[in-house]
Amino acid sequence: MIFNGKAIKYGDNVDTDVIIPARYLNTSDHKELASHCMEDIDKEFTSKVQAGDIMIAGNNFGCGSSREHAPIAIKASGISVVIAKSFARIFYRNSINIGLAIVECAEAVDGIADGDTVEADLDAGVIYNRTTGKSFQTQPFPEFIQKIIENGGLVASIQSGDVK
Amino acid sequence: MSMTMTQKILAAHAGLEKVEAGQLILVSLDRVLGNDITSPVAIKEFEKIGATGVYDKDKVTMVMDHFAPNKDIKAAAQCKMCRDFCDKHDVTHFYDVGQMGIEHALLPEKGLVVPGDVVIGADSHTCTYGALGAFSTGVGSTDMACGMATGKAWFKVPSAIKFVLKGKLNKYVSGKDVILHIIGKIGVDGALYRSMEFTGEGVQSLTVYDRLTISNMAIEAGAKNGIFEVDEQTVEYVKTHSDRDFVAYKADEDAVYDETYEIDLSEIKSTVAFPHLPENTKTFDEIGDVKIDQVVIGSCTNGHYKDLAEAAEILKGRKVAKRVRTIVIPATQDIYMKAVENGLVKIFIEAGCVVSTPTCGPCLGGYMGILTAGERAVATTNRNFVGRMGHVDSEVYLASPAVAAASAVMGKIADPMEVMK
Repeated sequence: MIFNGKAIKYGDNVDTDVIIPARYLNTSDHKELASHCMEDIDKEFTSKVQAGDIMIAGNNFGCGSSREHAPIAIKASGISVVIAKSFARIFYRNSINIGLAIVECAEAVDGIADGDTVEADLDAGVIYNRTTGKSFQTQPFPEFIQKIIENGGLVASIQSGDVK
Repeated sequence: MSMTMTQKILAAHAGLEKVEAGQLILVSLDRVLGNDITSPVAIKEFEKIGATGVYDKDKVTMVMDHFAPNKDIKAAAQCKMCRDFCDKHDVTHFYDVGQMGIEHALLPEKGLVVPGDVVIGADSHTCTYGALGAFSTGVGSTDMACGMATGKAWFKVPSAIKFVLKGKLNKYVSGKDVILHIIGKIGVDGALYRSMEFTGEGVQSLTVYDRLTISNMAIEAGAKNGIFEVDEQTVEYVKTHSDRDFVAYKADEDAVYDETYEIDLSEIKSTVAFPHLPENTKTFDEIGDVKIDQVVIGSCTNGHYKDLAEAAEILKGRKVAKRVRTIVIPATQDIYMKAVENGLVKIFIEAGCVVSTPTCGPCLGGYMGILTAGERAVATTNRNFVGRMGHVDSEVYLASPAVAAASAVMGKIADPMEVMK
Protein backbone atom coordinates (compact mmCIF):
# COMPACT_ATOMS: atom_id res chain seq x y z
CA MET A 1 0.00 0.00 0.00
CA ILE A 2 1.56 3.25 -1.18
CA PHE A 3 -0.29 6.53 -0.81
CA ASN A 4 0.60 9.85 -2.38
CA GLY A 5 -0.87 13.20 -1.51
CA LYS A 6 -0.60 16.69 -0.18
CA ALA A 7 -0.09 17.11 3.56
CA ILE A 8 -2.82 18.81 5.56
CA LYS A 9 -1.39 19.51 8.99
CA TYR A 10 -2.96 20.08 12.43
CA GLY A 11 -1.67 20.31 16.02
CA ASP A 12 -2.02 18.28 19.22
CA ASN A 13 -5.23 16.87 20.74
CA VAL A 14 -7.42 17.09 17.64
CA ASP A 15 -10.61 15.71 19.22
CA THR A 16 -13.49 13.78 17.73
CA ASP A 17 -15.84 16.72 18.32
CA VAL A 18 -13.91 18.84 15.83
CA ILE A 19 -13.35 15.93 13.43
CA ILE A 20 -17.13 15.49 13.25
CA PRO A 21 -19.28 17.65 15.54
CA ALA A 22 -22.01 15.77 17.44
CA ARG A 23 -24.70 17.96 15.86
CA TYR A 24 -24.19 15.91 12.68
CA LEU A 25 -24.40 12.51 14.38
CA ASN A 26 -28.06 12.16 13.55
CA THR A 27 -26.85 10.44 10.38
CA SER A 28 -24.41 7.68 9.56
CA ASP A 29 -24.24 8.55 5.85
CA HIS A 30 -20.55 8.63 4.94
CA LYS A 31 -20.74 11.46 2.37
CA GLU A 32 -22.86 13.62 4.64
CA LEU A 33 -20.42 13.10 7.52
CA ALA A 34 -17.48 13.94 5.23
CA SER A 35 -19.15 17.20 4.21
CA HIS A 36 -18.77 18.45 7.82
CA CYS A 37 -15.36 16.93 8.55
CA MET A 38 -12.99 19.22 10.52
CA GLU A 39 -15.28 22.23 10.00
CA ASP A 40 -15.00 23.49 13.58
CA ILE A 41 -11.22 23.92 13.39
CA ASP A 42 -10.73 24.32 9.63
CA LYS A 43 -13.59 25.67 7.54
CA GLU A 44 -11.47 25.24 4.37
CA PHE A 45 -10.82 21.53 4.89
CA THR A 46 -13.70 20.11 2.87
CA SER A 47 -13.01 22.44 -0.06
CA LYS A 48 -9.24 21.92 -0.14
CA VAL A 49 -8.97 18.17 0.53
CA GLN A 50 -8.33 15.99 -2.52
CA ALA A 51 -8.53 12.23 -2.84
CA GLY A 52 -5.30 10.72 -1.53
CA ASP A 53 -4.27 13.65 0.67
CA ILE A 54 -2.44 12.85 3.88
CA MET A 55 -3.44 14.25 7.26
CA ILE A 56 -0.59 15.09 9.65
CA ALA A 57 -1.15 15.79 13.36
CA GLY A 58 0.54 15.99 16.74
CA ASN A 59 -0.12 14.04 19.92
CA ASN A 60 -3.36 12.33 21.00
CA PHE A 61 -5.15 12.62 17.64
CA GLY A 62 -8.79 11.57 17.85
CA CYS A 63 -9.21 12.01 21.60
CA GLY A 64 -12.68 12.11 23.09
CA SER A 65 -15.71 10.25 21.88
CA SER A 66 -15.85 6.67 20.58
CA ARG A 67 -17.83 7.78 17.54
CA GLU A 68 -16.74 5.72 14.55
CA HIS A 69 -18.22 8.57 12.53
CA ALA A 70 -14.88 10.39 13.08
CA PRO A 71 -12.56 8.06 11.10
CA ILE A 72 -15.46 7.44 8.67
CA ALA A 73 -15.71 11.20 7.98
CA ILE A 74 -11.94 11.48 7.45
CA LYS A 75 -11.81 8.48 5.13
CA ALA A 76 -14.90 9.54 3.17
CA SER A 77 -13.42 13.03 2.70
CA GLY A 78 -10.63 11.43 0.64
CA ILE A 79 -7.79 11.32 3.19
CA SER A 80 -5.68 8.22 2.48
CA VAL A 81 -3.65 8.05 5.67
CA VAL A 82 -3.33 9.94 8.95
CA ILE A 83 0.18 10.33 10.37
CA ALA A 84 0.33 11.57 13.97
CA LYS A 85 2.72 11.57 16.92
CA SER A 86 0.18 9.53 18.87
CA PHE A 87 -3.49 8.52 18.64
CA ALA A 88 -6.22 8.20 21.23
CA ARG A 89 -6.83 4.48 21.66
CA ILE A 90 -10.49 4.19 20.65
CA PHE A 91 -9.82 6.26 17.53
CA TYR A 92 -6.85 4.06 16.64
CA ARG A 93 -8.93 0.91 16.95
CA ASN A 94 -11.85 2.39 15.05
CA SER A 95 -9.61 3.55 12.20
CA ILE A 96 -8.20 0.07 11.63
CA ASN A 97 -11.68 -1.42 11.95
CA ILE A 98 -13.11 0.82 9.22
CA GLY A 99 -10.03 0.58 7.01
CA LEU A 100 -8.49 4.02 7.47
CA ALA A 101 -4.69 3.77 7.43
CA ILE A 102 -3.06 5.45 10.42
CA VAL A 103 0.60 5.69 11.33
CA GLU A 104 2.39 6.83 14.48
CA CYS A 105 5.63 8.62 13.56
CA ALA A 106 6.71 11.69 15.52
CA GLU A 107 9.76 12.36 13.29
CA ALA A 108 7.64 12.44 10.15
CA VAL A 109 5.18 14.83 11.79
CA ASP A 110 8.02 17.20 12.69
CA GLY A 111 9.54 16.80 9.22
CA ILE A 112 6.41 17.51 7.17
CA ALA A 113 4.90 20.97 6.70
CA ASP A 114 1.36 21.80 5.65
CA GLY A 115 1.16 21.59 1.85
CA ASP A 116 4.21 19.33 1.38
CA THR A 117 3.84 16.43 -1.03
CA VAL A 118 4.15 13.13 0.82
CA GLU A 119 4.44 9.47 -0.09
CA ALA A 120 3.56 6.86 2.53
CA ASP A 121 4.59 3.25 1.89
CA LEU A 122 2.84 1.36 4.67
CA ASP A 123 4.13 -2.07 3.70
CA ALA A 124 7.73 -0.90 4.03
CA GLY A 125 6.98 1.56 6.83
CA VAL A 126 8.59 4.44 4.95
CA ILE A 127 7.24 7.98 4.80
CA TYR A 128 8.89 10.16 2.17
CA ASN A 129 8.54 13.94 2.01
CA ARG A 130 8.86 14.67 -1.73
CA THR A 131 9.00 18.41 -1.12
CA THR A 132 12.08 18.26 1.14
CA GLY A 133 13.52 14.93 0.02
CA LYS A 134 13.61 13.59 3.57
CA SER A 135 12.37 10.14 4.47
CA PHE A 136 11.26 8.66 7.79
CA GLN A 137 11.15 5.07 8.96
CA THR A 138 8.21 3.74 10.93
CA GLN A 139 6.84 0.33 11.95
CA PRO A 140 5.25 -1.33 8.92
CA PHE A 141 1.74 -2.71 9.51
CA PRO A 142 1.63 -6.42 10.27
CA GLU A 143 0.15 -8.38 7.38
CA PHE A 144 -3.29 -8.92 8.93
CA ILE A 145 -3.71 -5.18 9.54
CA GLN A 146 -2.59 -4.51 5.94
CA LYS A 147 -5.31 -6.90 4.79
CA ILE A 148 -7.97 -5.15 6.88
CA ILE A 149 -7.00 -1.76 5.40
CA GLU A 150 -6.87 -3.17 1.84
CA ASN A 151 -10.27 -4.80 2.25
CA GLY A 152 -11.75 -1.58 3.57
CA GLY A 153 -12.29 -2.62 7.18
CA LEU A 154 -12.72 -5.45 9.66
CA VAL A 155 -16.20 -6.47 8.57
CA ALA A 156 -15.16 -6.55 4.91
CA SER A 157 -12.17 -8.67 5.93
CA ILE A 158 -14.42 -11.10 7.76
CA GLN A 159 -16.61 -11.28 4.64
CA SER A 160 -13.62 -11.90 2.39
CA GLY A 161 -12.30 -14.58 4.74
CA ASP A 162 -9.06 -12.72 5.53
CA VAL A 163 -10.05 -12.45 9.19
CA LYS A 164 -11.66 -15.44 10.78
CA MET B 1 1.58 -13.75 39.69
CA SER B 2 2.16 -9.98 39.56
CA MET B 3 -0.93 -8.77 37.74
CA THR B 4 -2.87 -5.53 38.08
CA MET B 5 -6.64 -5.61 38.80
CA THR B 6 -7.35 -5.02 35.13
CA GLN B 7 -4.96 -7.75 33.99
CA LYS B 8 -6.56 -10.26 36.36
CA ILE B 9 -10.05 -9.61 35.00
CA LEU B 10 -8.81 -9.81 31.41
CA ALA B 11 -6.90 -13.04 32.08
CA ALA B 12 -9.97 -14.65 33.64
CA HIS B 13 -12.09 -13.69 30.61
CA ALA B 14 -9.47 -14.95 28.19
CA GLY B 15 -9.23 -18.30 29.99
CA LEU B 16 -5.57 -17.64 30.82
CA GLU B 17 -3.65 -18.06 34.06
CA LYS B 18 -1.60 -14.99 33.43
CA VAL B 19 -1.38 -12.09 30.99
CA GLU B 20 1.26 -9.42 30.51
CA ALA B 21 1.11 -5.83 29.34
CA GLY B 22 1.30 -5.73 25.54
CA GLN B 23 -0.11 -9.24 25.01
CA LEU B 24 -2.96 -9.54 22.48
CA ILE B 25 -5.86 -11.57 23.83
CA LEU B 26 -9.41 -12.53 22.92
CA VAL B 27 -11.86 -12.08 25.80
CA SER B 28 -15.47 -13.08 26.50
CA LEU B 29 -17.85 -10.21 27.04
CA ASP B 30 -20.37 -9.94 29.88
CA ARG B 31 -22.11 -7.01 28.22
CA VAL B 32 -22.10 -5.20 24.87
CA LEU B 33 -23.61 -1.72 24.99
CA GLY B 34 -24.65 0.85 22.41
CA ASN B 35 -26.66 4.06 22.24
CA ASP B 36 -28.88 5.74 19.64
CA ILE B 37 -25.89 7.32 17.84
CA THR B 38 -23.41 4.47 17.74
CA SER B 39 -25.80 1.51 17.47
CA PRO B 40 -27.17 2.37 14.00
CA VAL B 41 -23.62 2.21 12.59
CA ALA B 42 -23.09 -1.09 14.46
CA ILE B 43 -26.38 -2.54 13.23
CA LYS B 44 -25.37 -1.87 9.61
CA GLU B 45 -22.03 -3.63 10.20
CA PHE B 46 -23.76 -6.48 12.08
CA GLU B 47 -25.95 -7.08 9.07
CA LYS B 48 -22.95 -7.00 6.71
CA ILE B 49 -21.24 -9.72 8.76
CA GLY B 50 -24.28 -11.86 8.05
CA ALA B 51 -24.85 -12.79 11.70
CA THR B 52 -28.20 -14.46 12.22
CA GLY B 53 -28.66 -13.42 15.83
CA VAL B 54 -27.03 -11.71 18.79
CA TYR B 55 -24.73 -13.84 20.94
CA ASP B 56 -26.87 -13.39 24.06
CA LYS B 57 -30.13 -11.47 24.13
CA ASP B 58 -29.66 -10.68 27.85
CA LYS B 59 -26.17 -9.26 27.38
CA VAL B 60 -26.64 -6.99 24.37
CA THR B 61 -27.90 -3.66 25.70
CA MET B 62 -29.11 -0.54 23.91
CA VAL B 63 -30.02 2.76 25.52
CA MET B 64 -31.70 5.61 23.62
CA ASP B 65 -30.14 8.57 25.43
CA HIS B 66 -28.11 10.86 23.22
CA PHE B 67 -30.73 12.45 20.99
CA ALA B 68 -33.78 11.01 22.78
CA PRO B 69 -36.58 12.01 23.27
CA ASN B 70 -35.98 12.35 19.54
CA LYS B 71 -34.53 15.75 18.75
CA ASP B 72 -35.39 15.68 15.05
CA ILE B 73 -36.55 13.40 12.25
CA LYS B 74 -33.10 11.90 11.63
CA ALA B 75 -32.70 11.14 15.34
CA ALA B 76 -36.15 9.51 15.29
CA ALA B 77 -35.04 7.31 12.39
CA GLN B 78 -31.90 6.27 14.28
CA CYS B 79 -33.92 5.32 17.39
CA LYS B 80 -36.39 3.42 15.22
CA MET B 81 -33.55 1.44 13.67
CA CYS B 82 -32.35 0.43 17.17
CA ARG B 83 -35.89 -0.37 18.32
CA ASP B 84 -36.57 -2.54 15.27
CA PHE B 85 -33.26 -4.38 15.72
CA CYS B 86 -33.93 -5.08 19.40
CA ASP B 87 -37.46 -6.27 18.61
CA LYS B 88 -36.16 -8.54 15.86
CA HIS B 89 -33.47 -10.06 18.06
CA ASP B 90 -35.59 -10.09 21.23
CA VAL B 91 -33.02 -7.99 23.11
CA THR B 92 -34.02 -7.91 26.80
CA HIS B 93 -32.25 -4.73 27.80
CA PHE B 94 -33.49 -2.17 25.32
CA TYR B 95 -34.20 1.13 27.07
CA ASP B 96 -36.40 3.60 25.25
CA VAL B 97 -38.04 6.86 26.34
CA GLY B 98 -39.93 6.16 29.57
CA GLN B 99 -37.45 3.59 30.86
CA MET B 100 -34.22 4.97 29.55
CA GLY B 101 -31.71 7.06 31.42
CA ILE B 102 -28.21 8.19 30.54
CA GLU B 103 -26.57 4.83 29.84
CA HIS B 104 -23.69 4.97 32.30
CA ALA B 105 -25.96 5.94 35.19
CA LEU B 106 -28.64 3.48 34.07
CA LEU B 107 -26.57 0.28 33.79
CA PRO B 108 -25.25 0.29 37.39
CA GLU B 109 -28.73 1.23 38.66
CA LYS B 110 -30.31 -1.67 36.77
CA GLY B 111 -27.69 -4.04 38.16
CA LEU B 112 -26.34 -4.77 34.68
CA VAL B 113 -22.71 -4.50 35.73
CA VAL B 114 -21.07 -6.26 38.69
CA PRO B 115 -17.45 -6.46 39.88
CA GLY B 116 -15.19 -8.60 37.69
CA ASP B 117 -17.31 -8.14 34.53
CA VAL B 118 -15.86 -7.30 31.13
CA VAL B 119 -18.02 -4.72 29.37
CA ILE B 120 -17.53 -3.02 26.02
CA GLY B 121 -19.68 -0.13 24.94
CA ALA B 122 -19.83 1.96 21.81
CA ASP B 123 -19.54 5.07 23.92
CA SER B 124 -16.27 6.39 25.25
CA HIS B 125 -17.63 6.84 28.79
CA THR B 126 -18.23 3.10 29.12
CA CYS B 127 -15.15 3.23 31.37
CA THR B 128 -17.55 4.42 34.13
CA TYR B 129 -18.18 0.89 35.45
CA GLY B 130 -14.60 0.58 36.64
CA ALA B 131 -16.01 2.25 39.75
CA LEU B 132 -17.66 -1.10 40.54
CA GLY B 133 -14.49 -3.12 39.99
CA ALA B 134 -15.37 -4.17 36.44
CA PHE B 135 -13.19 -3.89 33.34
CA SER B 136 -15.15 -1.67 31.00
CA THR B 137 -14.01 0.33 28.04
CA GLY B 138 -15.29 2.33 25.09
CA VAL B 139 -15.05 0.93 21.58
CA GLY B 140 -16.41 1.89 18.18
CA SER B 141 -19.43 0.63 16.33
CA THR B 142 -17.57 -2.09 14.41
CA ASP B 143 -16.30 -3.61 17.66
CA MET B 144 -19.83 -3.37 19.03
CA ALA B 145 -21.16 -5.18 15.93
CA CYS B 146 -18.59 -7.97 16.22
CA GLY B 147 -19.22 -8.12 19.99
CA MET B 148 -22.98 -8.45 19.46
CA ALA B 149 -22.39 -11.24 16.95
CA THR B 150 -19.69 -13.23 18.76
CA GLY B 151 -19.62 -12.14 22.42
CA LYS B 152 -15.89 -11.61 22.06
CA ALA B 153 -13.45 -8.75 21.60
CA TRP B 154 -9.69 -8.57 21.21
CA PHE B 155 -7.57 -6.42 23.47
CA LYS B 156 -3.99 -5.47 23.97
CA VAL B 157 -3.39 -6.00 27.69
CA PRO B 158 -2.70 -2.55 29.16
CA SER B 159 -0.04 -1.52 31.63
CA ALA B 160 -1.29 0.68 34.44
CA ILE B 161 -0.84 3.78 36.54
CA LYS B 162 -1.64 3.41 40.23
CA PHE B 163 -3.34 6.12 42.23
CA VAL B 164 -3.06 5.59 45.96
CA LEU B 165 -5.72 7.68 47.65
CA LYS B 166 -5.55 8.77 51.28
CA GLY B 167 -7.46 11.17 53.50
CA LYS B 168 -10.98 12.51 53.06
CA LEU B 169 -12.56 15.14 50.84
CA ASN B 170 -13.51 18.51 52.29
CA LYS B 171 -17.06 19.90 52.26
CA TYR B 172 -18.26 20.91 48.75
CA VAL B 173 -15.43 18.92 47.13
CA SER B 174 -16.44 15.73 45.30
CA GLY B 175 -15.32 13.03 42.87
CA LYS B 176 -15.44 15.52 39.99
CA ASP B 177 -12.79 17.68 41.64
CA VAL B 178 -10.64 14.59 42.20
CA ILE B 179 -10.68 13.52 38.56
CA LEU B 180 -10.24 17.07 37.23
CA HIS B 181 -7.29 17.46 39.62
CA ILE B 182 -5.77 14.23 38.29
CA ILE B 183 -6.30 15.13 34.63
CA GLY B 184 -4.79 18.56 35.32
CA LYS B 185 -1.77 16.77 36.74
CA ILE B 186 -1.20 14.05 34.13
CA GLY B 187 -2.78 15.65 31.04
CA VAL B 188 -5.36 14.52 28.48
CA ASP B 189 -3.00 11.82 27.20
CA GLY B 190 -1.36 11.11 30.55
CA ALA B 191 -2.84 7.62 30.73
CA LEU B 192 -3.00 6.90 26.98
CA TYR B 193 -3.56 3.18 26.24
CA ARG B 194 -3.19 2.40 29.96
CA SER B 195 -5.33 1.54 32.99
CA MET B 196 -5.85 3.91 35.87
CA GLU B 197 -6.17 1.87 39.06
CA PHE B 198 -7.45 3.50 42.24
CA THR B 199 -6.55 2.05 45.59
CA GLY B 200 -5.59 3.07 49.14
CA GLU B 201 -7.51 3.77 52.34
CA GLY B 202 -8.91 6.99 50.84
CA VAL B 203 -11.13 4.96 48.49
CA GLN B 204 -13.39 4.06 51.41
CA SER B 205 -14.15 7.72 52.08
CA LEU B 206 -15.48 8.14 48.53
CA THR B 207 -19.10 7.21 47.84
CA VAL B 208 -19.81 4.83 44.96
CA TYR B 209 -21.17 7.86 43.08
CA ASP B 210 -17.92 9.81 43.52
CA ARG B 211 -16.11 6.76 42.17
CA LEU B 212 -18.48 6.51 39.18
CA THR B 213 -17.64 10.14 38.35
CA ILE B 214 -13.90 9.50 38.65
CA SER B 215 -13.93 6.34 36.50
CA ASN B 216 -16.25 8.05 34.00
CA MET B 217 -13.59 10.62 33.15
CA ALA B 218 -10.64 8.19 32.93
CA ILE B 219 -11.06 8.46 29.14
CA GLU B 220 -10.39 12.19 29.47
CA ALA B 221 -6.84 11.25 30.46
CA GLY B 222 -6.70 8.89 27.46
CA ALA B 223 -7.03 5.78 29.66
CA LYS B 224 -8.34 2.44 28.48
CA ASN B 225 -10.13 1.98 31.79
CA GLY B 226 -10.29 3.43 35.28
CA ILE B 227 -10.89 0.87 37.99
CA PHE B 228 -11.45 0.96 41.75
CA GLU B 229 -10.68 -1.74 44.25
CA VAL B 230 -13.91 -3.32 45.52
CA ASP B 231 -14.78 -2.57 49.15
CA GLU B 232 -17.80 -2.91 51.44
CA GLN B 233 -19.52 0.05 49.84
CA THR B 234 -19.19 -1.50 46.38
CA VAL B 235 -20.56 -4.81 47.64
CA GLU B 236 -23.51 -3.10 49.31
CA TYR B 237 -24.28 -1.10 46.17
CA VAL B 238 -24.05 -4.12 43.89
CA LYS B 239 -26.15 -6.35 46.15
CA THR B 240 -28.85 -3.66 46.29
CA HIS B 241 -29.02 -3.54 42.50
CA SER B 242 -28.22 -7.07 41.30
CA ASP B 243 -28.70 -10.71 42.25
CA ARG B 244 -25.73 -11.89 40.20
CA ASP B 245 -22.67 -13.54 41.72
CA PHE B 246 -19.47 -11.63 41.23
CA VAL B 247 -15.73 -11.78 41.75
CA ALA B 248 -13.81 -8.91 43.34
CA TYR B 249 -10.31 -8.89 41.84
CA LYS B 250 -7.42 -7.33 43.72
CA ALA B 251 -4.07 -6.43 42.23
CA ASP B 252 -1.21 -8.68 43.29
CA GLU B 253 1.13 -7.25 45.92
CA ASP B 254 3.97 -7.36 43.40
CA ALA B 255 1.98 -6.06 40.43
CA VAL B 256 4.06 -3.74 38.27
CA TYR B 257 2.86 -0.20 37.60
CA ASP B 258 4.34 2.28 35.13
CA GLU B 259 3.86 5.06 37.64
CA THR B 260 2.37 5.55 41.10
CA TYR B 261 0.75 8.75 42.36
CA GLU B 262 -0.19 9.38 45.96
CA ILE B 263 -3.19 11.63 46.28
CA ASP B 264 -4.26 13.20 49.56
CA LEU B 265 -7.99 13.80 49.14
CA SER B 266 -8.01 16.39 51.93
CA GLU B 267 -5.74 18.62 49.85
CA ILE B 268 -7.99 18.67 46.79
CA LYS B 269 -9.86 21.92 46.22
CA SER B 270 -12.83 22.73 44.02
CA THR B 271 -11.42 22.52 40.50
CA VAL B 272 -12.64 23.92 37.18
CA ALA B 273 -11.39 22.89 33.72
CA PHE B 274 -11.19 25.90 31.42
CA PRO B 275 -11.70 25.71 27.65
CA HIS B 276 -10.83 23.81 25.54
CA LEU B 277 -9.30 20.77 27.25
CA PRO B 278 -10.15 18.95 30.48
CA GLU B 279 -6.48 19.33 31.51
CA ASN B 280 -6.72 23.14 31.68
CA THR B 281 -7.63 23.05 35.35
CA LYS B 282 -7.67 25.93 37.81
CA THR B 283 -8.61 26.27 41.47
CA PHE B 284 -10.38 29.34 42.84
CA ASP B 285 -7.18 31.14 43.81
CA GLU B 286 -6.43 31.25 40.06
CA ILE B 287 -9.94 32.02 38.77
CA GLY B 288 -10.91 35.63 38.24
CA ASP B 289 -14.24 37.08 37.24
CA VAL B 290 -15.67 34.76 34.56
CA LYS B 291 -19.28 35.69 33.75
CA ILE B 292 -21.52 32.91 32.47
CA ASP B 293 -24.70 32.50 30.42
CA GLN B 294 -25.70 28.93 31.19
CA VAL B 295 -25.28 26.16 33.76
CA VAL B 296 -25.86 22.47 33.04
CA ILE B 297 -26.15 20.04 35.94
CA GLY B 298 -26.41 16.43 34.78
CA SER B 299 -24.77 13.99 32.30
CA CYS B 300 -23.27 10.51 32.73
CA THR B 301 -20.56 12.18 34.79
CA ASN B 302 -22.70 14.03 37.33
CA GLY B 303 -26.39 13.24 36.89
CA HIS B 304 -26.71 10.98 39.95
CA TYR B 305 -29.04 11.74 42.85
CA LYS B 306 -26.06 12.63 45.02
CA ASP B 307 -24.99 15.22 42.44
CA LEU B 308 -28.46 16.77 42.31
CA ALA B 309 -28.64 16.82 46.11
CA GLU B 310 -25.31 18.67 46.31
CA ALA B 311 -26.58 21.25 43.82
CA ALA B 312 -29.93 21.53 45.64
CA GLU B 313 -28.23 22.21 48.96
CA ILE B 314 -26.74 25.34 47.42
CA LEU B 315 -29.78 26.39 45.39
CA LYS B 316 -32.27 25.94 48.24
CA GLY B 317 -33.90 29.26 49.07
CA ARG B 318 -31.75 31.05 46.48
CA LYS B 319 -32.37 32.21 42.94
CA VAL B 320 -30.19 31.65 39.92
CA ALA B 321 -28.67 34.89 38.64
CA LYS B 322 -30.56 36.89 36.06
CA ARG B 323 -29.74 35.70 32.55
CA VAL B 324 -28.15 32.42 33.62
CA ARG B 325 -30.16 29.63 32.04
CA THR B 326 -29.82 26.73 34.46
CA ILE B 327 -30.67 23.28 33.15
CA VAL B 328 -30.89 20.32 35.54
CA ILE B 329 -31.02 16.83 34.04
CA PRO B 330 -31.52 13.83 36.33
CA ALA B 331 -29.67 10.94 34.66
CA THR B 332 -32.37 8.28 35.05
CA GLN B 333 -36.09 7.98 35.71
CA ASP B 334 -35.43 6.61 39.21
CA ILE B 335 -33.19 9.56 40.03
CA TYR B 336 -35.85 11.90 38.60
CA MET B 337 -38.55 10.28 40.75
CA LYS B 338 -36.44 10.48 43.88
CA ALA B 339 -35.67 14.13 43.12
CA VAL B 340 -39.41 14.80 42.86
CA GLU B 341 -40.28 12.86 46.02
CA ASN B 342 -37.56 14.46 48.11
CA GLY B 343 -38.38 18.00 47.04
CA LEU B 344 -35.25 18.60 44.94
CA VAL B 345 -37.22 19.40 41.82
CA LYS B 346 -39.24 21.99 43.78
CA ILE B 347 -36.00 23.59 44.99
CA PHE B 348 -34.67 23.73 41.42
CA ILE B 349 -37.83 25.19 39.93
CA GLU B 350 -38.21 27.75 42.71
CA ALA B 351 -34.61 28.79 42.13
CA GLY B 352 -35.40 29.40 38.45
CA CYS B 353 -33.90 26.25 36.91
CA VAL B 354 -35.55 24.00 34.33
CA VAL B 355 -35.61 20.26 34.99
CA SER B 356 -35.43 18.01 31.93
CA THR B 357 -36.14 14.32 31.48
CA PRO B 358 -32.99 12.18 31.14
CA THR B 359 -30.88 12.87 28.03
CA CYS B 360 -27.24 13.42 27.06
CA GLY B 361 -28.53 16.39 24.96
CA PRO B 362 -26.49 19.48 25.86
CA CYS B 363 -23.29 17.71 26.94
CA LEU B 364 -22.36 16.92 23.35
CA GLY B 365 -24.08 19.90 21.76
CA GLY B 366 -27.00 17.78 20.61
CA TYR B 367 -29.96 19.76 21.90
CA MET B 368 -31.60 20.99 25.16
CA GLY B 369 -29.20 23.86 25.81
CA ILE B 370 -27.02 24.76 22.84
CA LEU B 371 -24.72 27.78 23.11
CA THR B 372 -24.28 30.49 20.51
CA ALA B 373 -21.13 32.50 19.69
CA GLY B 374 -19.56 34.19 22.68
CA GLU B 375 -21.59 32.32 25.30
CA ARG B 376 -20.13 30.52 28.29
CA ALA B 377 -21.46 27.60 30.28
CA VAL B 378 -20.41 25.98 33.52
CA ALA B 379 -21.29 22.32 33.14
CA THR B 380 -20.96 19.19 35.25
CA THR B 381 -20.29 17.32 32.00
CA ASN B 382 -17.03 15.77 30.84
CA ARG B 383 -15.66 17.58 27.77
CA ASN B 384 -14.98 21.21 26.97
CA PHE B 385 -13.60 20.82 23.45
CA VAL B 386 -14.10 23.51 20.79
CA GLY B 387 -17.78 23.55 19.84
CA ARG B 388 -18.68 20.79 22.29
CA MET B 389 -21.89 22.49 23.50
CA GLY B 390 -22.69 24.40 20.33
CA HIS B 391 -21.01 27.26 18.46
CA VAL B 392 -17.26 27.04 17.88
CA ASP B 393 -16.91 30.39 19.62
CA SER B 394 -18.73 29.26 22.78
CA GLU B 395 -16.98 28.03 25.91
CA VAL B 396 -17.56 25.21 28.38
CA TYR B 397 -16.09 25.18 31.90
CA LEU B 398 -16.18 21.76 33.56
CA ALA B 399 -16.97 21.66 37.27
CA SER B 400 -18.63 19.76 40.11
CA PRO B 401 -22.37 20.03 40.85
CA ALA B 402 -21.58 22.26 43.87
CA VAL B 403 -19.49 24.67 41.77
CA ALA B 404 -22.10 24.63 38.99
CA ALA B 405 -24.89 25.49 41.44
CA ALA B 406 -22.84 28.22 43.12
CA SER B 407 -21.98 29.63 39.68
CA ALA B 408 -25.67 29.67 38.70
CA VAL B 409 -26.44 31.74 41.80
CA MET B 410 -23.55 34.18 41.33
CA GLY B 411 -23.76 34.53 37.54
CA LYS B 412 -20.04 33.81 37.30
CA ILE B 413 -17.79 30.88 38.06
CA ALA B 414 -18.09 30.70 41.82
CA ASP B 415 -16.76 28.78 44.79
CA PRO B 416 -19.53 27.04 46.77
CA MET B 417 -17.77 28.22 49.95
CA GLU B 418 -18.40 31.80 48.88
CA VAL B 419 -22.14 31.22 48.45
CA MET B 420 -22.57 29.12 51.60
CA LYS B 421 -20.49 31.19 54.02
